[in-house]
Amino acid sequence: MDILVVLESKNGSLHRMSREAIVGAQSIAAENGLSISALAIGIDTDQIASSVSGMNLDEVLVANHNLLSTYSADGFAECVKQVIEKENPSLVFVGHTYQTRDYFPKVSARIDKPFIPDVVSLMKEGDFFVFTKTVYNGKLGSKVVSNDSECTLISFQAAAFSEENIESGSASTRSFDIELESSQVRTSSEAPIQEEVSGIDLSSADLIVSVGRGIEKENNLQIVKDLASAINGELASSRPVVDAGWLPSSHQVGSSGQSVSPNLYIALGISGAIQHVVGMKGSKNIIAINKDADAPIFEIADYGVVGNILEIVPKLTEAING
Amino acid sequence: MKIGVLIKQVPGAESALPINDNETGIQEDQASFLMNESDSYALEEAQKIIESRGNGEVVAISLGPDRVQKIIREALAKGADRGIHLQTDAKGLADPLTLAKQFAKALESEQFDLIFSGLQSDDSGMGQTGIILGELLNMSTASLVVGTELSENTLKVKRELEAGWSQWVTLTLPASISIQSGLNQPRYPSLKGIMGAKKKELKILSESEFYIDGKKQSIQKVFVPKTNKKTEMIEGEPDTIVARLVDVLKNEVKVL
Ligand SMILES: Cc1cc2nc3c(=O)[nH]c(=O)nc-3n(C[C@H](O)[C@H](O)[C@H](O)COP(=O)(O)OP(=O)(O)OC[C@H]3O[C@@H](n4cnc5c(N)ncnc54)[C@H](O)[C@@H]3O)c2cc1C
Repeated sequence: MDILVVLESKNGSLHRMSREAIVGAQSIAAENGLSISALAIGIDTDQIASSVSGMNLDEVLVANHNLLSTYSADGFAECVKQVIEKENPSLVFVGHTYQTRDYFPKVSARIDKPFIPDVVSLMKEGDFFVFTKTVYNGKLGSKVVSNDSECTLISFQAAAFSEENIESGSASTRSFDIELESSQVRTSSEAPIQEEVSGIDLSSADLIVSVGRGIEKENNLQIVKDLASAINGELASSRPVVDAGWLPSSHQVGSSGQSVSPNLYIALGISGAIQHVVGMKGSKNIIAINKDADAPIFEIADYGVVGNILEIVPKLTEAING
Repeated sequence: MKIGVLIKQVPGAESALPINDNETGIQEDQASFLMNESDSYALEEAQKIIESRGNGEVVAISLGPDRVQKIIREALAKGADRGIHLQTDAKGLADPLTLAKQFAKALESEQFDLIFSGLQSDDSGMGQTGIILGELLNMSTASLVVGTELSENTLKVKRELEAGWSQWVTLTLPASISIQSGLNQPRYPSLKGIMGAKKKELKILSESEFYIDGKKQSIQKVFVPKTNKKTEMIEGEPDTIVARLVDVLKNEVKVL
């Protein structure tokens, strides 16, 4: 086995980022003569295995065990470890999801192999794969190499590959026996809960004025609220504004908040970290105002202003209100 | 109850990040360093737990060159009981597996009941060190923690999931958890705290006491990301900018 893609179930279907990881594997497999296997672990394995059976993969492994029927970091890490030790893949791919953030570092520790997380692209240079990863909260990029010749774990950032590019084919299924005892699973989890269902729904908003830490003080929020009402838009924010308690969490846009795709998204004092951008990059038009010309938000903005929001926003509101 | 908190000193959000001559990292002498954001939430959570129990100890731990003593002192000023500095002059961004092994070697004898860390650092963003350390010290682990409830033999944590969901998970002790921002409001050091910090113990471990050889992954090159998106940068005096923005809203995005 050359590449192992570990699949994740999300509410009974294959996680979008698992599909993207398969595309990542397919993008290098053919030209380098590498085989691809996928692994479905414990949860909804029938649905997960059948959802990939029509893809261009060499094999789908299914690992069922009563201790794997709900997620635990210990159980899942042990499972992936056993598969790697038996099958010897040289690359193990997953999506950079909340679940793999939780248990892939444990796999890395248990097999003593490197885990390069949050990768956005990969390339072969000579005999080695080089992985591109953002650093400094997206302000710089980096090229990372593994120094382990046997096995490297890789997680891909959301949208590193487009799931539309998935190659179809057919894959056979094989079940894989896991040895696991209850004493090896040191955690127990309750059912997932969703907070603040009663908050505002930004997903259908057409105009969004969104504010980040650049607003500096809670008192300054009024200028952003005034702009939002001047254009009849909804008020949203980045995470630090919610963390500080200045706005309720239902206003948060991003990977741990809401995903939005308005006609217009105005980003005020928001740096453009990936966890924010994944929630708003589907916006049709993006205007960003930020005092730092190098802020990553300008990479995705249609219109950019390098300037002070405390100065420009009140003036803009005034001009609109005429 | 003894809680070790891993804190890292990283370039602050406002720091300049000039790339060094061999393009392997940044020019550290040009950067302004702060305590990593999620680490300050980890520290606050540890202090709150010890304060509500009325006994126990919070130990602030940082690895790096001498400059990192600044954030250990800051933690002591905020109320941590003592500090440990793993002193190294190693340059650049380290690999988490080797780093965690070094922490494990240095900290094993401390026998922490709990180890807290921030969920990822704002420089390399690996998001692994605290979890791997827990694994190496045979602790149970959880990442992305946004709430804690400690009882005698277990720690219940609320883990953040995608898109506004979360889940309570019960861990056996000892446990190592990584903390997400927002679960508390980190305090500022008081004047009294700053004065008192000077008298607190700050143990310095020299590299020979924790060094583990190896580098499982390396950064070959850092670079400024290029964008292929066409962005119209609106320039000029504030009034000129505002006039163009109104024009965009009216005639291009057509929302006015
Ligand atoms: C697992 C995980 C999940 C996360 N989920 C989310 C999420 O759902 N949503 C989210 O937003 N973040 C999320 N984050 C956090 C994310 O990584 C960033 O830390 C966050 O988005 C930064 O918010 P910000 O841009 O407001 O603040 P900063 O990054 O601090 O940026 C502030 C910006 O304001 C600018 N500025 C300052 N003053 C002014 C001024 N006067 N005028 C103009 N500009 C000014 C600065 O130049 C800077 O660019 C998550 C992180 C993790 C690890």
